Amino acid sequence: MGILEVKNVGKRFGGLQALGDVNLSVADQSVHAIIGPNGAGKSTLLNCLVGKLIPDTGSVTFEGQSVLGRKPHEINQMGISRVFQTPEIFGDLTVMENMMIPCLAKRDGAFSINAYGAMMRDAEIVERAEHMLEDMNMADKRDMHAASMSRGDKRRLEIGMCLAQEPRLLLLDEPTAGMARADTNNTIDLLKEIKASRPITICIIEHDMHVVFSLAERITVLAQGTPLVEDTPENIKGHPKVREAYLGESSGH
Amino acid sequence: MTDQAQHAPAATPKPAAPARAKGGSLLGLGRKDFMLLLFVAALILFAPFLLNPFPAGSAMAQFNAGYPDLMQRFVIFGIFAIGFNILFGLTGYLSFGHAAFLGVGSYAGIWMMKLLTLNVIPAIVASVVVAGLFSLVVGFISLRRSGIYFSILTLAFAMMSYALAYSVLTPITGGETGLQLKYFDPRVLDAPLEAGVTPRANLFGIDMQASTNMRFGAWIFTLNAGYYIAGVVMLIAFYLSIRLFRSPFGMMLRAVKSNQNRLNYTGISPKPYTLAAFVISGMYAGLAGGLLVAMDTQVGAERMFWTASGEVVLMTILGGAGTLIGPVLGSGFIKYFENIVSKINESTLNAWFSFLPDGLQDVVVAIIYPFVGKGWHLTLGLLFMAVVIFLPGGLVQGGQKLVTVFRRDRKSADAEKAAAEQRQTQE
Repeated sequence: MGILEVKNVGKRFGGLQALGDVNLSVADQSVHAIIGPNGAGKSTLLNCLVGKLIPDTGSVTFEGQSVLGRKPHEINQMGISRVFQTPEIFGDLTVMENMMIPCLAKRDGAFSINAYGAMMRDAEIVERAEHMLEDMNMADKRDMHAASMSRGDKRRLEIGMCLAQEPRLLLLDEPTAGMARADTNNTIDLLKEIKASRPITICIIEHDMHVVFSLAERITVLAQGTPLVEDTPENIKGHPKVREAYLGESSGH
Repeated sequence: MTDQAQHAPAATPKPAAPARAKGGSLLGLGRKDFMLLLFVAALILFAPFLLNPFPAGSAMAQFNAGYPDLMQRFVIFGIFAIGFNILFGLTGYLSFGHAAFLGVGSYAGIWMMKLLTLNVIPAIVASVVVAGLFSLVVGFISLRRSGIYFSILTLAFAMMSYALAYSVLTPITGGETGLQLKYFDPRVLDAPLEAGVTPRANLFGIDMQASTNMRFGAWIFTLNAGYYIAGVVMLIAFYLSIRLFRSPFGMMLRAVKSNQNRLNYTGISPKPYTLAAFVISGMYAGLAGGLLVAMDTQVGAERMFWTASGEVVLMTILGGAGTLIGPVLGSGFIKYFENIVSKINESTLNAWFSFLPDGLQDVVVAIIYPFVGKGWHLTLGLLFMAVVIFLPGGLVQGGQKLVTVFRRDRKSADAEKAAAEQRQTQE
């Protein structure tokens, strides 16, 4: 049993069968990549995992518990964090405040009202957030407005915010999309470091093969809403079906 | 001191940390916030003097705003705007129906004064509680939508409330005539009043309308009990709003405004936060409504009309939405215009420009006349447009700009001086 089990999941948008019959098992504390050409259903699958979409058929379980029918914030509180394709952070808040929010979410849950205490005197949260910022090498950007940072820094902050909640499963949706090579390599290093330093499962959706082959232990290839093949990176590289789906080469060559 | 101790473990070798720790705790506020609170306290305390800068009987005396009725409105609408800012300034949800809560608070307050006692405390408490409950219902329904749909829903609720108060609920609201206190009201806690006596609200025996006049030469200053009581309430309301702004709850509300998507995927449900903010700001509106009743002991449905809801939006934006002091400044600004500019009539204008030749005088008066008197809305509208276009951050941003210009001047002057000295020493 993997930490995340996807069984017979299907999703239809009007006349389009976005996901056919997806079966996927992500092993605990592994790095699992989901790749596939545009329109393969990668994002739809991810949205089904985090509660943004509800699949028409099938089941999704995390640590043995079904996530279906739960709201995104409830699924997050179960231990699944998500990093978006374009960094989703609190642009109007400072970097420090950005980091304090997941710390509060971790400690106080989905809703807690404290309208009288001073936020900056909550020693536990301040300490935790500062610690996380140092972990992310962002301590010097503490008081910056998050919106004014570079894309790479926003990505780093977003990942840091996810980690502050100590998730068991981290989902990344094309984390290096639109990044320069240097930033991409930094992100790869960051993810490797994260993996090495804590008990976490990483599930990554990616276009960039360089990223996938540097990180993944298992790879699932999606095409037209169904998993084509699932294997180790070495075997995927030479797989004829993958080459066909990706490069449009016919397997007859 | 305890706060410094609490800060110690969080302090890192970075230069920013000690500066933060030094903030200390004055009433649980940082240094800057505490100074702001002091500033507002001083404004409230000295308003009767500050607002009466012109000697009584002088030509400029009509610009004096230091009379009790108007000053009470300054602080009461200040409370209203402070509360509105908690919702709009922090979460970005623009309610177009907040006057409904003010009105509901007023009705609840006056019924307390009709049935229970002329003491204003039960009236104000009832206003806050009833407005809070009403805003819970309205908020629960309206917050199912966001953006313009939320605004329209709140507007619809407010107009329904107005219509109900104006006609259907006449037995409770007095309909068109509204409600006034009468000597024969069954006040169970008070001794009955003699026939024909006008009931007057009090706070443990202090009459709300009790005033003392102070004379300094040609100047007359009026100190009014009701104003100072409302002023103290506003100071408390302002203090609580600072605490809320700096609290974890306040930070969550700003996060709601900034990015609800991220909030959802950070395990936090935005809805209860926005609903709580809605109810809190509704309670502030109810408090303002209760105080209005405590001051003038009457209510009419027009208090809930949509223009009243629009006015508090204007106050907040004009002063600076999302800032602490902005709503207070905005409400003062608008109430001043409403009461002072609207008092200028044609004969005043003619008197002002009587030094001009006859024909020219008529032309000048004809040009200015549409902007004053009943036309004060025109002036306010133009000012509002100017503020929104040139100072999107409201009057507060204007103040900040002035301060920066001033500092820059001083800084550049200092730099020039230093450079000059350097040149001299080099020679």
